[in-house]
Amino acid sequence: MWLRYVPKHIFRLVLTVLLGGLLGATLVRFAPGFGVDERELDSRLNSQSIEAIRQSHSSQHNVLGYYGVYLKGLLRGNLGVSTSLDRPVAQLFAERLPATLRSVAKGVTGGFLFGFLLALPAAMFRWRAYDLLTAVLSGLFLCLPAAVLGLGIVYAGGAASLAIALVVFPRVFQYSRNILAQAAERPYVLAAHARGLHPMRVLLRHVLPNAAPLLFALAGISVSMAFGAAIPIEAICDYPGIGQLTWQAALSRDLPLLVNVTLLITIITLAANSASDLFGKAFARQRI
Amino acid sequence: MKSRIFIALVLLASCCFLVSRAAAQSGGELRFSLKSEPKTFDPLLADDDSSETVRYLTSASLIRLNRQTQMVQPELATSWKVSSNGQSIAFELRKGVLFSDGTPFTADDVAFTMRKLMDPNLHSPFADPFRSATGNIKITVKNPASILLQFPAPVADLEQLFDGVPMLSAKSPHSDTAGLGPFIVAEYKAGSYVLLKRNANYWKRDAGGRPLPYLDSVRLDIQQNRDLEILRFRRGETQLINTLEADNYDRLAADMPAAVHDAGPSFDTEQMWFNQVASAPIPDYKKAWFRSQNFRRAVSQAINRADMCRIAFNGHARPAAGLLSPANHFWFNQNLHAEEIDVAGALKRLATDGFHLDKNVLRDRDGHAVEFSIITNAGNKVRERLAVLMQDDLSKIGIHLNVVTLDFPSLIERISHSFNYEACLLGLVNVDLDPSTQMNVWLSSADNHAWNPEQKSPATPWEAEIDRLMRAQASATDNKKRKEYFDQVQQIVADQAPFIYLVNKNALSAISPNVHNAAPVALRPQTYWNIDSLYLTSTNTSASARP
Amino acid sequence: MNRVRRLAVILLIATFTAVLFADFVAPAPYAKQFREAPNAAPSGKHLLGTDDLGRDSFSRLLYGSRVSLLLAPAAALLSTLIAACIGGLAGYLGGRFERLALAATDLSLSLPWLFLLLTVRALLPLNVSPLASVTITFALLGALGWSSSGRIICSGARAIRQSDFVLQAQSLGISPYRLLLRQILPNLEPVLAAQFWTSIPIFIIAEANLGILGLGVAEPLPSWGNLLRGLENWPEVKASPWKLAPILMLVAVVSCFQLVFQKREEFAS
Repeated sequence: MWLRYVPKHIFRLVLTVLLGGLLGATLVRFAPGFGVDERELDSRLNSQSIEAIRQSHSSQHNVLGYYGVYLKGLLRGNLGVSTSLDRPVAQLFAERLPATLRSVAKGVTGGFLFGFLLALPAAMFRWRAYDLLTAVLSGLFLCLPAAVLGLGIVYAGGAASLAIALVVFPRVFQYSRNILAQAAERPYVLAAHARGLHPMRVLLRHVLPNAAPLLFALAGISVSMAFGAAIPIEAICDYPGIGQLTWQAALSRDLPLLVNVTLLITIITLAANSASDLFGKAFARQRI
Repeated sequence: MKSRIFIALVLLASCCFLVSRAAAQSGGELRFSLKSEPKTFDPLLADDDSSETVRYLTSASLIRLNRQTQMVQPELATSWKVSSNGQSIAFELRKGVLFSDGTPFTADDVAFTMRKLMDPNLHSPFADPFRSATGNIKITVKNPASILLQFPAPVADLEQLFDGVPMLSAKSPHSDTAGLGPFIVAEYKAGSYVLLKRNANYWKRDAGGRPLPYLDSVRLDIQQNRDLEILRFRRGETQLINTLEADNYDRLAADMPAAVHDAGPSFDTEQMWFNQVASAPIPDYKKAWFRSQNFRRAVSQAINRADMCRIAFNGHARPAAGLLSPANHFWFNQNLHAEEIDVAGALKRLATDGFHLDKNVLRDRDGHAVEFSIITNAGNKVRERLAVLMQDDLSKIGIHLNVVTLDFPSLIERISHSFNYEACLLGLVNVDLDPSTQMNVWLSSADNHAWNPEQKSPATPWEAEIDRLMRAQASATDNKKRKEYFDQVQQIVADQAPFIYLVNKNALSAISPNVHNAAPVALRPQTYWNIDSLYLTSTNTSASARP
Repeated sequence: MNRVRRLAVILLIATFTAVLFADFVAPAPYAKQFREAPNAAPSGKHLLGTDDLGRDSFSRLLYGSRVSLLLAPAAALLSTLIAACIGGLAGYLGGRFERLALAATDLSLSLPWLFLLLTVRALLPLNVSPLASVTITFALLGALGWSSSGRIICSGARAIRQSDFVLQAQSLGISPYRLLLRQILPNLEPVLAAQFWTSIPIFIIAEANLGILGLGVAEPLPSWGNLLRGLENWPEVKASPWKLAPILMLVAVVSCFQLVFQKREEFAS
């Protein structure tokens, strides 16, 4: 069964990724300001130079054609050349991807664990004071813009991963508290409590397995949240990662760079969510 | 025996003293920030801010414009002669100059550079001003130390244009990195920094014969966030901030008054203009408003420039009198003055065109309420403040102004491609003194004639007059005559107000007291124009790890 | 009702009243520039001081709350409804529909929607009223914000579909429609509630970030979002702590909402 499932699944993933790349390219191509260059405003350049600059983007005007050429290059390992930085995209990724992956990995793990651990007591024991405190704490960080948070962390001397964790944890907290609370209110859990079972045992044997599929889905989403937060944080804090690159590429409508970034984020999102799906289904099957 | 020991001791002491003096005057790493990643290290194509910084520090030109005196001075060329018709220039080159890789600098390198520059496929902002007409440049190398360049047509202000042409090496295999500047690119970590090391073969020496530059290295950190730049300056991690915003200037001045510098009005202007393109997708009645001189002048009169300087710039700006800033000593028309606020006068002007106030709403002859939008680029706090102040000012004469902030590419598309806008507020950064570099703004047929570009023939008599005057000043050879023509252009622009000039902001910078010989000026690069004479007194030991 | 909850209710009512009657409560119009006193400290005349153009900060906070408190919850409701429909149906129906819905969710999370927002702005006329442009912005945010909880809801719906009581209900012949409404959606309520409450501040902040690109509220209309962006300059905030008022108010309102509304479900189950 697994042998048949895996290739089909991978095929679907690849198809989704390719579709994502095409849609991303289309969104960029038809956005206002595409194909426009700041150099056009330089009054030292004469008409021929300005015309030449305008023509230099003409190869990207047909989205399907451009995407086809790009995919052909991709098969040979050529990711294209960034129009705003005039360097091969593969080189830019090699320089910046490790930094971002490290900070996002640290941020998402830290944020998820913190949010989850904070939610456990809130769901299991209904201490009013604790509820109030955690509500205000998570509310505070939820209401801070990522840029403000990032800058504050930089002023305090912290790392970008801490800022990402602080952006992720309030949402993880809210969702996991509700999920765990719901799982803890199931009749058989109440019955287990009534029978005098130790709270830890109830938690580990009944509550967590019940909530597991949703918690895994939440973990998968947290990865997307973390990447989404990484972009403004890296841009504001001058952290030399993929996020900063993406922000600059968006501002200069750099199609080659944006298509690659979209593909990268799609792959990571799909991978994270597929993994969480797999774990979730495994747990569900176990329970039955 | 004792006297010999005594002499030896004296010699030793004076050696130590000299060495310590020399050590105090050399060594050290100067650090400052670049606002963005340099787009290219090719000196001929470096036209964004960061690339130009690297270019300025790593290359040299035949003639240098002294940023302090605003006069040209010999650099790689010891003397030159411009022909009476302005079409050719003969250079005598400095002897004994070596490139950073040790190869000698000769007239062949100049020829190589000029040929590369005049390649029609180059499209460099340093090359285009030389192309006053089509045709090839004629290069004659008389001997290794003299060269004659002949252009197909007279080029206005020929000598000053050479300030922007970096000399490349014809022979050296790394012709893009063998430079003649005080520093060479040693390391480049993308997204982080560019490290420049001292060029041991730099040809300049100080008055005492010591080889320049004094500094060992220059580190350019790539920092986009202005607030973080200030933080690092305060911590001592950087020693220079080339352009400082008014808010940050005041904050720094409160704690570090010795570090901030105000060099007076800069060459930059903030201005707005109305869309006068005939085919623009805006209603015809609005086009009629924007084409009316009275309407434009009335809007200009209703704007409170003094408040703008005081509130948006905290007083570090001056109302703009016209298209040039008074910092441009020679070319500025001294007879021009900034438009004073005059609400009553503005309403009178509007009345002559049939506008009338109806219950605090200004209406035109046909009863349309005067309402229009102004676009500006998002993310520039000061400019957004200017727009909101203008919105409030114009509401006092019954005009409803909508402020629309757009990201830069969308803005450029609207003002250059689709012309789907009504008014625009932008700033102009002037790096050159000579008006000929602005030909593409003032000629009605040019691309950067912002309010109505690429006209087949001048749409108005005054634009035709400006065309005539600009061409006249471009072909005249006597600077006094050229100034007369350009003064007239400035007067027409002030009368007709196609651009409504708002303010000239001051050239603000910050320099750590550890940096010596710094003399901040208004012309770019404001703080490091004399980088080869700068030195640090205490080495930077307080550098903490970059966040 | 315990004391904390009572206090929260009172605070909410006071806030909403002040905001609704901002025209009477605010000491000055939000656009009036007191040009002789930019960046003033709090005083009798200006309770929270003035901003950099001399506009009364307290008035701007009140009017800004009006925009954000009305539109952000509406957008959050929209995104929650879409998430409930797509996620719920996907989990309930399973099979190919579930796979398609999940793929759409994943793509929605990965695509650069920023460019769609820019395109929409470009299609709008330049002279559109600030209120219209901000309503459209929030509507778009609501339409695009469902994906973050779509998967979790789908997971939950799937788990319920496969659970015992649903199998029992199906065997009893209860119609799928009734099953969906009466059994499945109520069980998804905790996740939907989390989606709704987290979306409100997220959309308020997103509107501020979109201001960088010309979307969002146009000057001189204030919004919580653009008031919050003023916090980016930390040294200035340290020097003038009254500038923290917008974020304190937002945190207070959001927390109060949660304390008042979320407790109810504990008693309901």
